[in-house]
Amino acid sequence: MKSRLFSSEARLSDLITAHPSLLTLLTRLGIPLGFGDRLIADVCQESGVDTAFFLLICNVYTFNNYVPSTVTILGTDMSGLVPYLEKSHKYYVDKRLPHIELHLDAIAQKLDNRIGKVLTSFFGIYKKEVEAHFLHEEKEVFPHIAGLMAGKRDTSYMIGEFIHTHSDIEGKLDDLLNIVFKYLPPEVDDDNVLDVVYDILMLSEDLKKHTFIEEKIMVPLVKHLENAILK
Amino acid sequence: MKQRLLIVEPSEVIVEGLKAILEGQVRFKLLEPEMNVDRLMERIVATHPDIVLINPTLVNQVSKLRDNNSMAVVALVYQYVERETLKNYDAVVDVRDSRPVIIDTLSQASPGESQMLSSNYELTKRETAVLVQLAQGKTNKEIADALSVSVHTVISHRKNITHKTGIKSVAGLTVYAMLNNLIDESSLL
Repeated sequence: MKSRLFSSEARLSDLITAHPSLLTLLTRLGIPLGFGDRLIADVCQESGVDTAFFLLICNVYTFNNYVPSTVTILGTDMSGLVPYLEKSHKYYVDKRLPHIELHLDAIAQKLDNRIGKVLTSFFGIYKKEVEAHFLHEEKEVFPHIAGLMAGKRDTSYMIGEFIHTHSDIEGKLDDLLNIVFKYLPPEVDDDNVLDVVYDILMLSEDLKKHTFIEEKIMVPLVKHLENAILK
Repeated sequence: MKQRLLIVEPSEVIVEGLKAILEGQVRFKLLEPEMNVDRLMERIVATHPDIVLINPTLVNQVSKLRDNNSMAVVALVYQYVERETLKNYDAVVDVRDSRPVIIDTLSQASPGESQMLSSNYELTKRETAVLVQLAQGKTNKEIADALSVSVHTVISHRKNITHKTGIKSVAGLTVYAMLNNLIDESSLL
């Protein structure tokens, strides 16, 4: 497994060619396009992104059964984690969800009015749930991490709470996928359906990795920081 | 796949009678019957039966048997048992039932049965009834009461509905129900 993971000595363009979906990660990680043929290590350095952190995220996104060890996590500069998660939230809320919403609205136009309404309201409610989920993390969890990283002793929020309450935000998206490609009446068969199916699949995959990063990287990191600082 | 059946009954006559009826059946794998109810939980954990056929006078709370188990619990009745008590079971076998009725009752009681034996992805009438109530915002308990079945049965219907449609959330199932004209807005809360 380990030998197949990306290394900093590869060209960034080779990584993207092999796994084009990583392209959507670059902006969130703070790396602009136009990197030419430079090596991953060089591009990261120029953009002020920690190479090990960059590779960690890329590896998690690419290799489904790759779970970084605690040693790897603690040995990596994680100062970029919270900004990355925040940018991801913004990307989902400002870009991906509105995309899906636009297509669904177009689909709803073609449906019987009452069914169209149920479909769009299903998504409207889902969108609000996702936004609330993200907002909670941004208000409670992320400041807690920033505090710990700055060496502050604050026990008003502990990561144990996150582990208990972290809800599944991909489930309803999978429901929507099934509804759209299996159960819509055949008369709405148009490009919007294909577009929205593709968008949902992409977002669902992305959110699964996002959750994975929060649960398998962020949580162990914060537990370690809590133990180190608060005891 | 054979259904693992555990009979829990102190009377040897009854146990032997059931064994005689069920032993030749290909659908069931009879586990060694349990006569001592004190060992029941242990047996369930050790043998993980699909169906437990048990005399209701032996158990105080059926729900306790079910903790962490997805098995069906069927009441084995040969004396008067209150109807309220029987509601907590997935099915009832009366010792006076005929051989085919007993076999049939047990076959249908097992939660996974409908999935395993059929590749039919249409919802059954019962599943549709559960779906409609779900879409109306009813809880499992309310649905169980409305359809006169146990909460456990409602949950296994829900599992089957999700298995067939690929839709997990109640909100998603409501959209599905609308699209299939199973409900209209007036029935939504």
